[in-house]
Amino acid sequence: MSRKGHSSTAARLQAHAPTFAALGDKTRLSLVARLADGRPRSISQLTAGRRLTRQAVTKHLRVLESVGIVRSEHTGRESLFEFNPQPMERLKEYLDLVSRQWDQALSRLKSFVER
Amino acid sequence: MDNRIEKRIELKAPVSRVWRALTDYREFGEWFRVKLDGPFVAGQVSRGQITHPGYEHLKWEANVQRIEPERLLSFTWHPYAIDPKMDYSKETPTLVEFRLEKIPTGTLLIVTESGFDKIPSGRRLEAFRMNEGGWTQQMKKIESHVA
Repeated sequence: MSRKGHSSTAARLQAHAPTFAALGDKTRLSLVARLADGRPRSISQLTAGRRLTRQAVTKHLRVLESVGIVRSEHTGRESLFEFNPQPMERLKEYLDLVSRQWDQALSRLKSFVER
Repeated sequence: MDNRIEKRIELKAPVSRVWRALTDYREFGEWFRVKLDGPFVAGQVSRGQITHPGYEHLKWEANVQRIEPERLLSFTWHPYAIDPKMDYSKETPTLVEFRLEKIPTGTLLIVTESGFDKIPSGRRLEAFRMNEGGWTQQMKKIESHVA
């Protein structure tokens, strides 16, 4: 594989690892799925229908917030949480980049074994 | 969103030739652009130095997982560990697999890189497919907001 792209994206990977980790949890993933329609929701709305306490849901939301996948804003007494697609978009760009590097490496392998 | 990369490439060379290009550490190094210290041994760490022009200061390190002759070579790695002062041990390594299949024209090589996160893939894919519409809407919403 071409190391060129890898090294130039090293700094970005530093930012990606926590994003992947934040999504590596069923509850958080389902919270993201819930918020992905773009509508902001309160903790109460996000806790409804779950076998989890408000505190547990809040904790998961804070993890998502720490990597920027959700944003929160205070309205009166409650915090509203909203989905932010940008970190996901960046992950996708990053995977596309790794994918292109494999294309280059395999094309070198092809010329190597076919010559 | 998928967190797995898969590449399929048809090579006009016999399986034995492709296998050698993958597992002979000198041959691997030639097309991959890395100078490896020694042969790949399953269960052991492979070390070396990148030879890609301009990136010769980077080290190569991978954990060789499986070597099944003319069928499968796999390793895990932290491909972005370029800062010697950083501790990368907490990062999830990715798994790279090379699978070989004999085809009439030579060899079909399937390369996968997976493990960019720890989410069970079936579930995650389902969740993300479900979300695609939502993201599009969200993007539109942002666009109209900033327009």
